[in-house]
Amino acid sequence: MKLDQMYQEIILDHYKNPHRRGLREPFEAEVHHVNPTCGDEVTLRVHLVGDGEDAVVGDVSYDAQGCSISQAAASVLTDLVVGRTVAEAFDKHAAFLELMQGRGQVEPDEDVLEDGIAFAGVARYPARVKCALLGWMAFKDAVARVAERQQGVGAR
Amino acid sequence: MTAVAGTTAPTGGQEPLDVAVVRKDFPILERTVRDGHRLVYLDSGATSQRPRPVMDAERAFLETSNAAVHRGAHQLSEEATDAYEDARARVAAFVGVDQDEVVFTKNATEGVNLVAYAMSNAATAGPEAHRFRVGPGDEIVVTELEHHANLVPWQQLCQRTGATLRWFGVTDEGRIDLSGLDELVTERTKVVAFSHLSNVTGAVGPVAPIVARAREVGALTVLDACQSVPHMAVDFHTLGVDFAVFSGHKMLGPTGVGVLYGRRELLAAMPPFISGGSMIEVVRMEGSTFAPPPQRFEAGVPMSSQVIGLGAAVDYLSALGMDRVAAHEHELAAAALAGLAEIDGVRIVGPTDMVDRGGVVAFVVDGVHAHDVGQVLDSLGVEVRVGHHCAWPLHRRMGVAATVRATFYVYNDRDDVRALLDAVREARRFFGVDTEPADAAGADGEGV
Repeated sequence: MKLDQMYQEIILDHYKNPHRRGLREPFEAEVHHVNPTCGDEVTLRVHLVGDGEDAVVGDVSYDAQGCSISQAAASVLTDLVVGRTVAEAFDKHAAFLELMQGRGQVEPDEDVLEDGIAFAGVARYPARVKCALLGWMAFKDAVARVAERQQGVGAR
Repeated sequence: MTAVAGTTAPTGGQEPLDVAVVRKDFPILERTVRDGHRLVYLDSGATSQRPRPVMDAERAFLETSNAAVHRGAHQLSEEATDAYEDARARVAAFVGVDQDEVVFTKNATEGVNLVAYAMSNAATAGPEAHRFRVGPGDEIVVTELEHHANLVPWQQLCQRTGATLRWFGVTDEGRIDLSGLDELVTERTKVVAFSHLSNVTGAVGPVAPIVARAREVGALTVLDACQSVPHMAVDFHTLGVDFAVFSGHKMLGPTGVGVLYGRRELLAAMPPFISGGSMIEVVRMEGSTFAPPPQRFEAGVPMSSQVIGLGAAVDYLSALGMDRVAAHEHELAAAALAGLAEIDGVRIVGPTDMVDRGGVVAFVVDGVHAHDVGQVLDSLGVEVRVGHHCAWPLHRRMGVAATVRATFYVYNDRDDVRALLDAVREARRFFGVDTEPADAAGADGEGV
C-alpha cells in the first residue's frame, strides 16, 4: 500500500517521539520559517561551537507546528547534524535535498542520511516535499546567519 | 439569525436531482485514482469538474467560429463576437443582472483587483469618478473570514492610498459578527467587501443588513460570490450589492474566465484598470478617451472559448435548476455533518447545522494534522483540500492551523459522503488516535 511507503515506521516514531524538541539556550541565531501553502511553521535555533566551516553544531532546538512529515523531518535533522561540523551538516543537507527533490528516483545513502532515508517515499508526493524540507531549510538559514555575523565581526 | 435575502433553502415538493444521470455527463468521474479507487471528488470549492456540454461548446466554437472578438468585419469575427456577447447575456441573466453590467475577467481575483485599482486610479480621473476616490481618513471594511482574494487587494489599496482597513470579526460558529455594524460601517467607509458564502465555514453572509447599512452611509458594497453563485440561485439586483465577483471554473465552466458584476451607473463612472486595445473610444497622441462599460474593462483580445464554455455551464446549471442544485448539496452536507459528528475527535469548523449554510464542510481531527488526514483520504480516492484554503486569518481566529475541507456539488452522491466518513475513520486508525484513552506517549505506533 502506497500510504505505508510514505509513512514509514521510522517517520511515525520520530513524529510521536520527536528528538531535541523545544527551544533552548545558548543559541547564535533563531529563524522562523513558514510553509505558505498550509500555514505550518517552525521556529528554530542553532548553537555553533567555533568559527567558520570547522565550527561544530552544538545544538539545534525548535518549536514547530505542522504535519507528521514536517515534525519527523525536523527530528531527524537534529540527529544528523548535532555534533558535526558545519561542512558535514551541509553535506547532509545537500543529500537530503537531493533525495526530496528526486521525485522518488534518487537512491538514498543510508551511511549519509541514516533515518533520513525513510523519507524516500515522501519524495514521490510533490505536495509533501515542502513539509519535509521546512525544518531543513530553517536550519540552513540559521547557520548562514551565524556565518554572516561572524564574517561581519571578522571584517571589523 | 435573520433571514438572508438570496439564501436558497431546500424547497420541498420538487423532483430531486438525478445524480446518476448527472454523473454520466462528467467523463473524469470514470477514472480511478491511487491504485484503482473510485474517484470521490470533494474539492469543487477549489475547482469544479466540467460536463461534456461545456467541453463540447468550447470545441465547437474553436472548430467553427474562432476569431478575435470585437475586431474586424469578416464573417468569423462576427460569429465569434455574437457567441461571446450571447454568452454574456446568458451569464447576466443567470445572476439576475443586465448584459452591460457583466465584465469578463481572468477570474474572480482579477475582478476584485479591477475595482481596487480603479479606485486608486480615480485619484487622477475626472470629476465623474469622485465616488471611487479613497485617501487618508477613508476606511475600507472587510471581514476576518475573507478569502485572501477579497482581503489582500484591499490591504494593498489602503497601502497605496493611505486609507485605513477595518474588519468585522467572526463568531465562534464561523459567521461574520455583525454586532459592531454601525460602529464599523460609518460615514468614513468607502467600501464594504465581504463573502456571500464562506469558503471554509460554509456560512452564508448577512447580505441584507450589511447592504442596508452601507447604503445609509454611502459606502460601496463588493460581494465575493465565488462559493454562492455556483451552488444556489443568486440575484444581485435583489441582493442590492454594488459589485460582485465569481469564477467560471468553480461553476462547471473553464478556468481563465471570471465575472465582475457592477451596477450600471457605477461602471459608467468608474475609471479603467487595465488599458490598451478595445477599451478606447478615441486615441490621439496627446491622450485617449475610453469606451463605455463593459468594454472599458476588457482591454486586449478577450478570452473567447472560455466565455463560450461559461455560457454553456450556466445553461447546464439552469437546466438542472439552481434550487434543485442547492437542495441536493444541502442534503449531502447535512449527511456529512451528521456522520462526522458521530466520529470521536472530529470537530467541525463552522456551523454544525444547516441554517444559512452551504455545502462546504471544514473540520479537524484531534491528534492528526490536516495534511496527514488528507493523505490518508487521498490514498482511498477521497480528494479533499487541506490547509488554510486561502483564508489564513480565519483559521487563526478559529484557533486551528489547518483544516480538512470537503465541498459538494451536483455530481456528488451519498456514496461519496460514505467514502469520506470511512476514510476519516481510517485516518484515525492509521495514526493510532482511535484507541481510548489516547496514548499520548505513543509507545506502540499502531500506524504501520
